Amino acid sequence: MTRALGWLAVLGLVVGIAAGFGYAPREAIQGNVQRIMYLHVPAVLTAYLAFGLVLAGSIGYLATRRPGWDRLAAAAGELGVLFTGLTIVSGSIWGKPTWGTWWTWDARLTSTAVLFMVYVGYLLLRSLIEDPDARARYAAVVGILGAVNIPIVHFSVKWWRALHQPSTILGPERSPIDPAIGLALFVNWVAFTLLFAYFLSRRMEIARLEEQT
Amino acid sequence: MTYARRAWIILWKDLLIERRAKEHANALLFFCLLLLFLFQFALGPDRERLAAAVPGLLWLGFILAGLLGLGRSFLGERDNDCWEGLRLTPGDKSAIYLGKLAGNCVLMTAVEIILVILFGVFYNVDLWTPAAPLALVLALGTIGLAAVGTLFAAMTTQVRARELLFPVLLLPVQVPVLLATVSATQALLLGQPLADVAHWLKLLAGADLVYVTIGLLTFEFVLEG
Repeated sequence: MTRALGWLAVLGLVVGIAAGFGYAPREAIQGNVQRIMYLHVPAVLTAYLAFGLVLAGSIGYLATRRPGWDRLAAAAGELGVLFTGLTIVSGSIWGKPTWGTWWTWDARLTSTAVLFMVYVGYLLLRSLIEDPDARARYAAVVGILGAVNIPIVHFSVKWWRALHQPSTILGPERSPIDPAIGLALFVNWVAFTLLFAYFLSRRMEIARLEEQT
Repeated sequence: MTYARRAWIILWKDLLIERRAKEHANALLFFCLLLLFLFQFALGPDRERLAAAVPGLLWLGFILAGLLGLGRSFLGERDNDCWEGLRLTPGDKSAIYLGKLAGNCVLMTAVEIILVILFGVFYNVDLWTPAAPLALVLALGTIGLAAVGTLFAAMTTQVRARELLFPVLLLPVQVPVLLATVSATQALLLGQPLADVAHWLKLLAGADLVYVTIGLLTFEFVLEG
C-alpha cells in the first residue's frame, strides 16, 4: 500500500515536471524563471498541510494519549520543516532574478521564515527529551501553540511590511492565470501531496519500529 | 478552596520568596543596566541614531531580561523538590499556571519600569509625554511574553540543555509580540495618537488572549512530568 503510494508519487512528479517544463507555456513577463512556481507553491501548500497535521496529532495525543498521534505529529513536523525549507530556498532562487535580491524582509518571506524557526524549535525540543511520554506531551503543547500562532504571525508581519505579490491561487478574487499554467500547478500540487503522504507513512512506520526496540 | 484563591497562593508564595531572597530582581536589574551600556557601545555615541533605535532596543532588553527571568521561574520548584507538591495539589492545575503567570508579570513589570526610566535618562528620550499609552503597550506585551514564557519555562525546566532550548522555543513564537510592541512604541514616541496604533493593540490583546488560553488549557499536561 505504502509502496504503491510511493510509485504514485513518483509518477505524479514525472508528470508534474513534464507539465511544468513542457506543457505549461513560458510566462510572458518573467520568462522561464516563473517555472520555479511549480516547485514553490506546491511546497508551501504541503508545508501548511504538514503543520495542520502537527496540530491534529498534538491535540489527538493530549486527548487520547495514543502514541500513534504523537508519531503523526513528529513525522508531519519533520516534513513541514523540510517543505518550508524548500519553499524558502526555491523562493530565494526565484527572487534573485525577479526582485534582484536573494532575500528581502517582505511580509510573506518573513512569516515563512518565522514559521520555519518555530518548527525547527519543535524538532529540537523533540530531540532533547528521551522519555517518550514527556516528549510527546511537551511537543504537543508546542505543536498546538505553534499552529495557533500562525495567523498571529501572519497579521503582525503583514502590517509590518509588504512587497510579495498577492497570492494568485488563494486570493479573494479569481486570478488572471493561464489555464495551462494552472493545470501544471495543480498536477504538481497533487504530486507533492502524494509524495508527502508517502514520506509521512514511511516516517511514522519507522518511528513505530523504533519504539518497539 | 476556590480557583482564584489557589492562584493567589502561588503568586503570593513566589512574591514572598522574591522579596526575601531577591534572587531574580537584583540580578535582572543589573543585567538590564549592562544591556543599556552594551547597546550604547554597539551603536556608538550618536544620539540621533540611539534615539531612533530606542523602541527596538527597549523591547530587545525586555525580551532578553524575560528570557533570563522567565526561564528561571520553575527552577526553584525543581531544585527544592516542590514539583511533586505542585502536582499533588488538588483541583484544576491551571490555577498554578495563572499564579505563576501573575508572579512573572509582576516581576517583569517591575524590571521594565526601571529599565524604561533608565532608558529615558541614558538615551535622553522623552518617555514621559506618551507614558499612559506606553504603559498600555507595555502591559499587553508583558502578558504575551510572560504567558508563553511561563508555559515554556515549566516545560524546559525538566529538560537538559534548558538554557538553550528555552530561548530557541520562545523567541520565534514571540515575533508577533516583538513586532507589535516595537511598532506601537515607535509610533507613540513619535507623538502619534493612540488611535494610530489601535490595530497593534488589538493584535496584542488577541495574541495575549490566545496565549493565556492555550497556557491554561495545556498546563496540566506540562506539569505531569
